[in-house]
Amino acid sequence: MAEIHAEMVANVWKVVAKEGDQVSEGDTLVILESMKMEIPVLAEDDGVVAQIKVNEGDVIQEGDLIAVIE
Amino acid sequence: MLSDTLGPVLIANRGEIARRIIRTVKALGLRAVAVYSDADADLPFVREADEAVLIGPANPAQSYLDTDKVLRAARDTGAKAVHPGYGFLSENAAFARAVIDAGMVWIGPSPESIDQMGDKINARNLMEDAGVPVAAGTREPVTDLGLALEAAERIGYPVMVKTAGGGGGIGMSVARDEEGLGKAFEQAARAAARFAAAAGGEGGALAGPAILLERYIERARHVEVQILGLPDGRVLALGERDCSVQRRHQKVVEESPSPGITPELRERMLAAAVRAGEAVGYLGAGTVECLVDADKQDFVFLEMNTRLQVEHPVTELVTGLDLVELQLRVAAGESPEVRVVPSGHAVEFRVYAEDPKRFFPGPGRITAWSEPSGSGVRVDSGYEEGNTVTPFYDPLMAKLCVFGANRVEALENARKAVAEFIVEGPKNNLPFCAELLEDAEFRSGDYDTGLVGRMRA
Repeated sequence: MAEIHAEMVANVWKVVAKEGDQVSEGDTLVILESMKMEIPVLAEDDGVVAQIKVNEGDVIQEGDLIAVIE
Repeated sequence: MLSDTLGPVLIANRGEIARRIIRTVKALGLRAVAVYSDADADLPFVREADEAVLIGPANPAQSYLDTDKVLRAARDTGAKAVHPGYGFLSENAAFARAVIDAGMVWIGPSPESIDQMGDKINARNLMEDAGVPVAAGTREPVTDLGLALEAAERIGYPVMVKTAGGGGGIGMSVARDEEGLGKAFEQAARAAARFAAAAGGEGGALAGPAILLERYIERARHVEVQILGLPDGRVLALGERDCSVQRRHQKVVEESPSPGITPELRERMLAAAVRAGEAVGYLGAGTVECLVDADKQDFVFLEMNTRLQVEHPVTELVTGLDLVELQLRVAAGESPEVRVVPSGHAVEFRVYAEDPKRFFPGPGRITAWSEPSGSGVRVDSGYEEGNTVTPFYDPLMAKLCVFGANRVEALENARKAVAEFIVEGPKNNLPFCAELLEDAEFRSGDYDTGLVGRMRA
């Protein structure tokens, strides 16, 4: 199981993957936006998306849990 | 009297540029009205305005980009004029029209000029027809990948792919082959969809999903000409700025004069910029952006920005002019006599809240902030100690500008000023600025838009 955390304060612009999706390393899970820059959050391993903890429009803080991959 | 026509002036912007405009508005004896979002309540520009109106939450769509709220604030405060700054509503022709329809003065060019130049495809075609050189590219909007592949075949790789309605380098990328074009097209299409969403489907200049392809110039310098259109019909060129230090196609450092063009090329570029302004009957301050082929000493038109530019202080430092004052006078119907006698050398460093290695955003609370000062140093900042840099807006915290009798002296002043500037809390790119000032390529003056990429390779 891998937890993916936010590297910085950001807005959640787009949630790309949904729970139950099969993903490969490098797939985009969520796209964040901070200071007018798009920051894709990628799967760090192959697996199944167990949880997506953010919604589009959320403001997340550095360290917040974004997703769990199993 | 300016105060009869313009005051109070509402500034529809935030941060350093709101503060900079407030300074000139007040110096001219006019009242300055600020608007601000929840996120910006503690910033200096809110306090420094004569009056400030809270217009909504942090999300720009519900505050700085909400035309109804900005117009209501203008009416409620009795503003006679609106200055849009840069970004936000500054190139929104529908907003400019609404300001004028509400009986107020729009401090900027006509809505028609904004529309004509806001669509990059239209602007390119207009300039080409007016005899201003443009790069080989598409004259019609490219709406799908098939058309893009055909166009690229005709233009020849590498091609630059960008959105017709975009700005600030967002959605722009270079494609070197068919596979690269697929990716670049997808990225531009995504950016185009976002611009359309941000424009709220109003059908303004920034709402078009159309994409533009242009021949990409290797070893290009980005050099722009500041123009000023006067009510009596004259269009003046106020000199050039070299903006070739870029990351992600966004400017980081600008200087004037450009160290990379010959006097002969400068003269041709200034003349072309005047022609560009005349072709659209341009009124007020505007910028004609060009790409210069450093090796061939030739240039092509890139786009025109119909507003005050972030890097306008560079021009102010070498000409002694106050561009915001000139904007206000032109908006009031005056055609001031402007003597353009540039002297010395000026450089601007954008102090961004971002890490200095990868240039990733690094918002945060400012725990220490101390600006350099002294002769040859000007700082236009939007923040002070105790403020929080939030993720909702662009990362520009301040503009550190330096001046010297020549480039060597200006860079020496820059070295001292960068070392003196203290920012703690948010990540910031001052260490990058210091590194740049030691870089042999930058110091030589013979650099191009690939410089930052090479420093980070």
